[in-house]
Amino acid sequence: MKIRATQAILECLLEQGVDTIFGYPGGTILNVYDELYRYQDKLRHILTAHEQGAAHAADGYARSTGKVGVCFATSGPGATNLTTGIATAYMDSSPVVFITCNVGEKVLGKDAFQEVDITGIASPITKATYLVRDPNDIPDIIREAFAVAAMGRPGPVLIDFLKNVTALDVMVDYEYLPKTEHPFHGRLAKLKKRSGWDLKTPEPNADDVDQLVRMIGASQKPFLICGGGVVRSRAHREFLEFAQRMDAPVAITAMGGGGFPGGHPLTTGMLGMHGSRPSNIACDTCDLLIAVGCRFSDRVATVPETFAHQAKIVHIDIDRAEIDKNVQTDHHIVGDAKRVLQLLNARISQADHTEWKQFVFSHRAPPAQGTGLLTPCDIIGTIRNTAPGDSIVVTDVGQHQMWSIQYFHFDYPGQLITSGGFGTMGFGLGAAIGAKMGNPGKVVLHMTGDGCFRMNGQELATVSHYDIPIITVIFNNHTLGMVHQWQNLLYGGRFSQTDLNFAPDFVKLAEAYGIRGRRVTTRAEMEGAMHDALSCGHACVIECIIDTDETVRPMVSAGKPLTDFLLD
Amino acid sequence: MKNEQNAYILSILVENTPGVLSQVARLFSRKGYNIDSIASGTTEDPLVTRITIVIAGDEGMITHITAQLRKLLPVISVKVLSTANSVQRELVLVKVRAETREKKDEIIQTANVFRASVVDMSRETLTIAIIGDEGKAAALLDLLRDLGILEVVRTGTIAIERGRNTIYDNNKEKGEFNYGKNVL
Repeated sequence: MKIRATQAILECLLEQGVDTIFGYPGGTILNVYDELYRYQDKLRHILTAHEQGAAHAADGYARSTGKVGVCFATSGPGATNLTTGIATAYMDSSPVVFITCNVGEKVLGKDAFQEVDITGIASPITKATYLVRDPNDIPDIIREAFAVAAMGRPGPVLIDFLKNVTALDVMVDYEYLPKTEHPFHGRLAKLKKRSGWDLKTPEPNADDVDQLVRMIGASQKPFLICGGGVVRSRAHREFLEFAQRMDAPVAITAMGGGGFPGGHPLTTGMLGMHGSRPSNIACDTCDLLIAVGCRFSDRVATVPETFAHQAKIVHIDIDRAEIDKNVQTDHHIVGDAKRVLQLLNARISQADHTEWKQFVFSHRAPPAQGTGLLTPCDIIGTIRNTAPGDSIVVTDVGQHQMWSIQYFHFDYPGQLITSGGFGTMGFGLGAAIGAKMGNPGKVVLHMTGDGCFRMNGQELATVSHYDIPIITVIFNNHTLGMVHQWQNLLYGGRFSQTDLNFAPDFVKLAEAYGIRGRRVTTRAEMEGAMHDALSCGHACVIECIIDTDETVRPMVSAGKPLTDFLLD
Repeated sequence: MKNEQNAYILSILVENTPGVLSQVARLFSRKGYNIDSIASGTTEDPLVTRITIVIAGDEGMITHITAQLRKLLPVISVKVLSTANSVQRELVLVKVRAETREKKDEIIQTANVFRASVVDMSRETLTIAIIGDEGKAAALLDLLRDLGILEVVRTGTIAIERGRNTIYDNNKEKGEFNYGKNVL
């Protein structure tokens, strides 16, 4: 069947089950947008205020649904505006297909208007980039790109179409191919044949599993880390069974939130720089550490040499390149978290580590005493009391992010959406838009700070235009909180360029976008604001005024051992 | 992890696609590693290119960089060869000043000792080609330096494993990496 090249692009998206696209049009991608006009009833396009917002939205959509997100942008500045979003998705292994268009073949490489080598720029922050010069390659490349984004360790890919490829008079051969058939045709089939890879997920090595079963049997003080891999693999049920059989304390990483129930008696909370005392002490004293889908980043393994120094470290990960990258391990199993845990669950018997658990949980901090002022803990406590338990929490980056991970309970993958690896301020609002689009039935809470909110706050225009009922909670401490905390503790109180006391009036700002705004200073006001926000059915911005010197506790300094608490 | 600095030879099979060389090279530059030499050419399969990289480093660094290389989509296989278990060759072309007959004779004689050949000649110069491992080329260059080298060009070392083993051999590690390729 001969169809227009642009039609082939959109048909290929439909093949993949895409229903929502986030993007921003421009000169070179005009042809694709023209085609999109004809596909309005099949493909919903969300026009954001800025390409970065679109990139984060596609990312948030992917993280919350487990599907591949799709984002469109034009050449040059449109494409470079995506880069922060691409890198954010890459660092957190989120599957997103970014589609950009470049200038025509005739002027390619001649510094034409809005030309940039985006495949070159994106190469270090994607799993793969494709420059499409021949329209006949369109179906093949899109099929490969989606497979690459979603399979194995997920991640972003970028496809750059030359403008002449998308010209409206270019016709290409296109035959519908169901997704399951893709690996057996075209580029994917060739790739498979040449390198002998199997497109199916290979089984974890049986000897490796055997060895871990023996190690588990010999362990008296086991400790588990639930990383982002458990979330990406949607292996939360298997992980729960594994932890219960092991009867071992479980710590989550920032990316692992949602991989293990937040209120479960076995959880010790977050591990690392802002990890809880039980987590960090358990990590320091355990004799067997099993990390599933985590990469021992410098925020978790603050000192790789002494990390879990009394333990045999076992690493379960889908990506072989992560093994022994940051922390030297004693044993590893390469495989999909879900499959490895299934195999382990079938092999291990119910253990009892009461004494070890008692030791670990004896380090739990007593509940904080109320000071009368509105504290971050109060704010999140109030939200938890008013919002449904399965609400999706999307955060920006900084103190409010840590508080959110510490105080909320996440029970399923995709419930916490946070820029853990790249730490992108301004990630939240875009990602919340994506999360709400992917989960219209769930309440989406966007937790942000006054600094972060100003970075991509213009997406309120998108929220307002599409009437996306997101509840934005701004923790306004009138400072760049996390940096302020470091300056206070480690830089002698020299608050260099972190004072944000010149912020706009967030309530008026929200109202300017046609969104309800509320400023709260007490628990009671917060409760009222949450009730209003939940019942009104529209977007809402709640600005919470908190103390400038609020800190994230506990805290371990960068480069110090995990039990060397600077703040309790 | 050993921190001893050694020369390592990385043999990398890649798909012959645009940008693949820069993708490979980028991994080294990102980590601040300096490539000593890099040579690239097609194999028995015209769609497959083999890149040979010589780099000084320790074992930990080599393990790390090979792991990252194997993750690249167009990379089919990576093998680390040592100087002991492989045969290495490099072609070096040297243009030497040789204005007089005596000087020409001397250069030709020196070249003969090293079984290097004269590949071009002008009134004032001789161009010598030498094929060998690094040591042989270095020794000849050292002698020619006294006579006046005008320019030197080298292909970079290429290497192939001794014995029956090839870069296509499968092992557990390779299987893991293909999986870790996190793609297919």
